[in-house]
Amino acid sequence: MPGVLHDLLFDYTLRNVALGSALLGIVSGVLGSFAVLRRQGLLGDTLSHAALPGICIAFILTGSRTPLVLLIGAGIAGWLGTLLLLRIVQDTKLSEDAALGIILSTFFGIGVVMLSLIQRTNNANQAGLDKYLFGQAAALVERNVITFALLGGPTLLLVLLLYKEFKLLSFDPEFAASLGFPARKLNVLLTSLVVVAVMIGLQTVGVVLMAAMIIGPGAAARQWTDRLSHMLVLAALFGAASGLTGAVSSVLDTALPTGPMIIMALTVIVAISILFAPRHGLVPEQLRIRRHRRTMFAGAGGD
Amino acid sequence: MPYGFIILMTGVLCASACALLGSFLILRRMAMMADAISHAILPGLVFGYFLADGPNIITGALGATGAALLTVLIVQGLERTRKLDISAAIGVAFAAMFALGTILISRFFRNVHLDTDAILFGNIEFSSFDRLYVGNSDLGPTSFWIMGTLLVINLGFLLLFYKELKLTTFDPGLAAALGFAPAIMHYALMTVLSVTAVGAFTAVGAILVVALIIVPAATAFLLTDRLPVMIGGSVVIGASSAVFGYFSALWTDASVSGFIALWTGVFFALALLFSPSQGLVARLLTVRRNRQRFAIDLLLVHLFNHAGTTEEATESSLDHIGTALHWPPDKAHHTINRAEHRGYIRQEHGSLVLTADGRALAQSVMSR
Repeated sequence: MPGVLHDLLFDYTLRNVALGSALLGIVSGVLGSFAVLRRQGLLGDTLSHAALPGICIAFILTGSRTPLVLLIGAGIAGWLGTLLLLRIVQDTKLSEDAALGIILSTFFGIGVVMLSLIQRTNNANQAGLDKYLFGQAAALVERNVITFALLGGPTLLLVLLLYKEFKLLSFDPEFAASLGFPARKLNVLLTSLVVVAVMIGLQTVGVVLMAAMIIGPGAAARQWTDRLSHMLVLAALFGAASGLTGAVSSVLDTALPTGPMIIMALTVIVAISILFAPRHGLVPEQLRIRRHRRTMFAGAGGD
Repeated sequence: MPYGFIILMTGVLCASACALLGSFLILRRMAMMADAISHAILPGLVFGYFLADGPNIITGALGATGAALLTVLIVQGLERTRKLDISAAIGVAFAAMFALGTILISRFFRNVHLDTDAILFGNIEFSSFDRLYVGNSDLGPTSFWIMGTLLVINLGFLLLFYKELKLTTFDPGLAAALGFAPAIMHYALMTVLSVTAVGAFTAVGAILVVALIIVPAATAFLLTDRLPVMIGGSVVIGASSAVFGYFSALWTDASVSGFIALWTGVFFALALLFSPSQGLVARLLTVRRNRQRFAIDLLLVHLFNHAGTTEEATESSLDHIGTALHWPPDKAHHTINRAEHRGYIRQEHGSLVLTADGRALAQSVMSR
């Protein structure tokens, strides 16, 4: 174990993998907390799938495999998916989950068609586009980490600046609108920010597992506290911790893939939180109920 | 049988079987359960292969169905604790299952061929090579048997339990009061969905199963309010997507399953834009028509109020109307033209006069 600690600080590969995964955990933890509170947990899932055609178009247009270029393409496609999603929910009788499923599967279908067209052209440069499907946390290098920081830093800053607005929007959007806040614009902005977390996550955990990256930290943090500020910090910590755990465990045992290990670590955190968190956990709750029941019966017996 | 025909028919059968279930998932607001289940079957599939020591279709399918049902129970259990809402419960559960599946593959199946891309996209192109043999007799393509069975199961399920499904979907409270056990119908639907996802997954992959289940039904939902029409319509839309998708893929030499999903999206987009009742265009036209009608009403009331007064000459002059009603010149011009065209007003020496029709309408507007 001390060896791992040493590697974490000084081994180039591990340090980047750990740093990248932790950054993903922090950004998606903070943005995911809002998504969880707004009952939009599956937004991350939809946006990560919707990003695929964007990656392909960016590659077709530029012919480059530079992560930043592809991620910008991913971001634009994800953002278009967001706008379309909000429009469907607003203007039709379809419910949000149907809209999520529609955007997710049709955008992904378009992406699959493009991917097959790119692969058919036998472009020597094309190899590696499909690594965005499953993510390749183990292949993160310093350049990726810098990209993540450039994407995530401003996003977190924006959340900090608009903290009050986002808080109001999450808990009482009608009240926010009645106070004169541009609730619709804020809604679009907050939803769009999730796209940034997705951009970071695509390279690390991939399309499918992104859902958990958005939901997990927030859902776990929610069990420990009723204050939004505490929840955001906790979610960032949980996200970072699972990122680190995934990175370290895949170094200890090279047969373990990093992305899925991050998700398994996160799942354990969520399970522990739901079971044992003092405030909302199931076990403390049951204990409290039993204690109350006993006091009641003791009171009745004393009569 | 030509290879192309086998692929096409596999697609059509698969799309029809999937689309049958979509309507109830959409109406029950459980569309994303299709997404969760189609991903969560992965660890079960791997476990089934592990037991059979290789890619065995029967143990794989059993394991996958087991994993799907387990996920349904986990989601249900998590939701019942009320610690997570349904979307968070779905996301946590299926991602954990999928991650577990990926870990199992990399840990135990490094050498066994279990292509991770095929998990997401399926392998419909190969459906023509895989034939079902019993003894020495060739029973035709395996995919026909799988998709045909799914279609029969789903159709049978809907026909047998149509009334129960309908009642528990639209009014679970009443259903429970009448003794129809909504919970049992829920688990029955989830079981059929799991079996469908497992069967269809080999052809079109995890994510495109979602397209075939949800999108045609959502498209039909935008076009009708009647459940039987919605179900029938979604099957027609799903099957058409399969046909269009197959020929598009043939023409461009691209992924068949991708194109099938893309066509479900095209049909949805068309319905979203042009549905007579729900479409964005229809909605836009309604808004415009109402705005025009309101403008005419306003004009007529204005003229009516000033008729016979001393300021009538100025208030109803052609040039003054726009200023009086705070309309830009364009709008004033068009509204006056429309009102005149419909016979509510006429122009006399540069000022506007109500006709008998116009006066009647103004009075009815004011008495509303």
